[in-house]
Amino acid sequence: MKSSVITFPGSNCDRDMDVALKKFGFNNKMVWHDDNELPKSDLVVLPGGFSYGDYLRCGSMASKSRIMQSVINFAKSGGLVMGICNGFQILVETGLVPGVLLRNKYLEFICKNVFVKLDNKENVYFKNLNKDILEFHIAHNEGNYFCTKDQLKEIKDNNQIAIYYCDKEGKIEDQYNPNGSIKNIAGIFNKEKNVLGMMPHPERMIDQSLSGEDGSIFFKNLINNIK
Amino acid sequence: MEVNEQIAIEHGLKSDEYKKICQLLKRTPNITELGIFSAMWNEHCSYKSSRLHLKKLPTKGKKVIQGPGENAGVIDIEDGDAIVFKIESHNHPSFIEPYQGAATGVGGIMRDVFTMGARPIANLNSIHFGSPQHKKTKNLLRGVVHGIGGYGNCMGVPTIAGQTSFDSSYNGNILVNAMTLGLVKKNKIFYSKAAGLNKPVIYVGSKTGRDGIHGASMASASFDEKIEEKKPTVQVGDPFTEKLLLEACLELMAGDSIIAIQDMGAAGLTSSSIEMASKGNLGIEIDLNKVPCRETKMTPYEIMLSESQERMLIVLENGKEETAKKIFDKWNLDFAVIGKTTNSKNIELFFNKEQVAKIPINILVENSPMYDRKWKKSKLPKKNKIKNEVLNKLKIRDVLKKVLSNQNICSKEWIWQQYDHTVMGDTIQKPGGDSGVVRVHGTNKAVAASVDSSAVYCWAHPLTGGKQIVAESWRNLISVGAIPIAITNCLNFGSPEKEENMGEFVECVQGIGEASKYLNFPVVSGNVSFYNQTKEVGIKPTPSIGGVGLIKDYTKMISMDLKEVDNLVLIIGKTEGHIDQSLFARIILDEKNGPPPEVNLFNEKNNGESILNLVDKGYVKSAHDISLGGLLVAISKMCIKGNKGIKFHKSKNLINEIEYFFAEDQGRYLIEVNKEDLKEVTKILNKNSIHHEELGIITQNDMIINEKTKVTIDELKSYYTNWLPTYMS
Repeated sequence: MKSSVITFPGSNCDRDMDVALKKFGFNNKMVWHDDNELPKSDLVVLPGGFSYGDYLRCGSMASKSRIMQSVINFAKSGGLVMGICNGFQILVETGLVPGVLLRNKYLEFICKNVFVKLDNKENVYFKNLNKDILEFHIAHNEGNYFCTKDQLKEIKDNNQIAIYYCDKEGKIEDQYNPNGSIKNIAGIFNKEKNVLGMMPHPERMIDQSLSGEDGSIFFKNLINNIK
Repeated sequence: MEVNEQIAIEHGLKSDEYKKICQLLKRTPNITELGIFSAMWNEHCSYKSSRLHLKKLPTKGKKVIQGPGENAGVIDIEDGDAIVFKIESHNHPSFIEPYQGAATGVGGIMRDVFTMGARPIANLNSIHFGSPQHKKTKNLLRGVVHGIGGYGNCMGVPTIAGQTSFDSSYNGNILVNAMTLGLVKKNKIFYSKAAGLNKPVIYVGSKTGRDGIHGASMASASFDEKIEEKKPTVQVGDPFTEKLLLEACLELMAGDSIIAIQDMGAAGLTSSSIEMASKGNLGIEIDLNKVPCRETKMTPYEIMLSESQERMLIVLENGKEETAKKIFDKWNLDFAVIGKTTNSKNIELFFNKEQVAKIPINILVENSPMYDRKWKKSKLPKKNKIKNEVLNKLKIRDVLKKVLSNQNICSKEWIWQQYDHTVMGDTIQKPGGDSGVVRVHGTNKAVAASVDSSAVYCWAHPLTGGKQIVAESWRNLISVGAIPIAITNCLNFGSPEKEENMGEFVECVQGIGEASKYLNFPVVSGNVSFYNQTKEVGIKPTPSIGGVGLIKDYTKMISMDLKEVDNLVLIIGKTEGHIDQSLFARIILDEKNGPPPEVNLFNEKNNGESILNLVDKGYVKSAHDISLGGLLVAISKMCIKGNKGIKFHKSKNLINEIEYFFAEDQGRYLIEVNKEDLKEVTKILNKNSIHHEELGIITQNDMIINEKTKVTIDELKSYYTNWLPTYMS
């Protein structure tokens, strides 16, 4: 399985994602933001970090990078595109997924483990996963997902909500919402479910010596689903 | 502008220093030259008050690749790998402008590390604030934490450990010390020594602006009520540019183009160009019109003294300009050939085709002032006699609550949750433990690091205090199962022109030296920050020690959380009941006098090495050193982190229970062992003549101290975790 991770100026989880994808069997390539063409890929990942220093608006300048036109075309033709953290912010800026990501409710960067509940397994990312609640890790300043009422209705109707922040039993309540996201939303799909944007970092949870191993479960399942 | 003595004094030079300059130059310097002298001869850059004493520190060892004198120290961690590390202060700017001050402190120390070719893999910090009741404290704390996070998070380097304290002596002078560790291959270390004639000198990174002019001079003076006017001397950081600079430099370093490289930190282009030339025993010529500037009409004086951030100076091999330029273009960074190395041994500056400065480099460096300042020796204070009636009136539970929720003990999660501590995917011990630990990427090794200071002990008796911090740093590394290798120190003191403060400095350094020599824990880098005082009030002497150790097999790393019910907890080291200068004495007895606990280096070494031996044999399930707050605080933290309880054995101790639980005797640890291993563990401890006793047995929940005192884990947690978030909300 071939994957590509895009490096933007200021990306800083690109190596971590490369390590994770390779660990679970992807043949991964790093792709420079200024390139024209994507290499042949089964999965494209927009990694976390601070592309363009988060200047102007998180993700906005990266969304206009040269490579992004190929990424957008790839997504529109049904290719799998996953944006993690800053990658999610970039996806939102391209319009591939709806909504915006605002500054965290308490105005502070937050780095910790969180639990997320899967809403929908009818997609290539979560199909066949034998767990409904995963322990992931977040590290962000602007993860407060927001969309209009109409958009919210639409993404609900289309089953576009991928994961919610919850507690370890799966309770989706305000107190388990780390950043003020509307309805505790931690990640969403596009309508077709081939594009996934989420704030949590599964690549930081791939080893029992690290924060946990639920990232391993996610990646193993993902590569099996793509095969 | 005609230079005279008055102008020199306004530049922070002393009258006799100015006379010396005129004498050495055999003429009056022009304004640009005067600026250069003031930048090179201030305390921050010249170490004029401290050099004499710093020479006495042990800086060599089998594992030391590079000691003090370079951008950072370097130690060998085997297999061709090396760790580059250093701690540095950014106190003065952080007090004036907490966000930018702290941010650029973090940026500066990371540049020191990657200048040497190392990729930064961990950040740490030691930050000290005034009394929580002081009107500025809350905003300063918030600003500093945001600044540290803002820079480190964007760079994608995990912040893995730190230390925070509050003390009214910092009301007018907070301390912000930042430390970075970087990883490099032993044969790919870069130094700042220029070599060869007519080699191109290149400038890379951000453009030069008017920010930070005279930053280093500002950091070499005391504060007064006009402090706010100094805001323009604080530099402004751009972590995004630094991230690009990091990647571009490492990309260039992968080849063989670089002869020498030096970051432009304090005193910017001045000190970087002079240091490179001086180390290579060369001259340097710079055309200031070629320096990329972001503001118009900048004068030679301003260009030379600007402390704009994210800039580097490189001496390249001839003919490598194009290769280098391509890399910096790719990363959208400025690149300019601004000069060359010469054999004149002068620094020569040109502007609009005219020579605007010419100074022999040896005058600036070797002839810089060095003072043997007067200092006052401190006496060891007399011990207090604490009456048993006073102690017996106290309830253990009440005292524990007060101590555990004290601002200097309580959980600092509110702070470190704002730092990305997991990026790079190798953090295997997060902040909140004895040391932070990161794996050496792609290997079985890990590096542990901690940062410590004990201003109260240093204030009570500087010599003992100096020893104690080194010992504590050593213990913090041992507690995670790391072999301690070397330290870096950040020496924060008041004015060296006052005998008391100078005495504190001299004796703390002596204590640090003695302990690091005995423990074979050499000092490989560091920084001195004097003049931490507002008007006449100085800070408590606060040397910060950053310790680094190696874990050869990271699966053998130890953490402090209690692991298993029915395991035993042993106390290693003897509890004598030393209460003076303890947190207990200060906050419960309101007693501020008396000597700090004695540091017995033989015991420190013996206890520490024996624990490493036990770790290696797999007997230690969890460990924690006993430090501030004493035994009961230490075990409480282990219970909280492990979410387990403990039932204490009936004490056979003869000293008063309160003294036993809250004394701060040194050289002690708590370790968790399996019952079945007890015999073997005891044998090893006895063989090494180590004092040890059983504290109790691990239970599912509740800390049962004696028949009368039981504290639930939830209670412990609430004592420990609530203070800081409540204070900040």
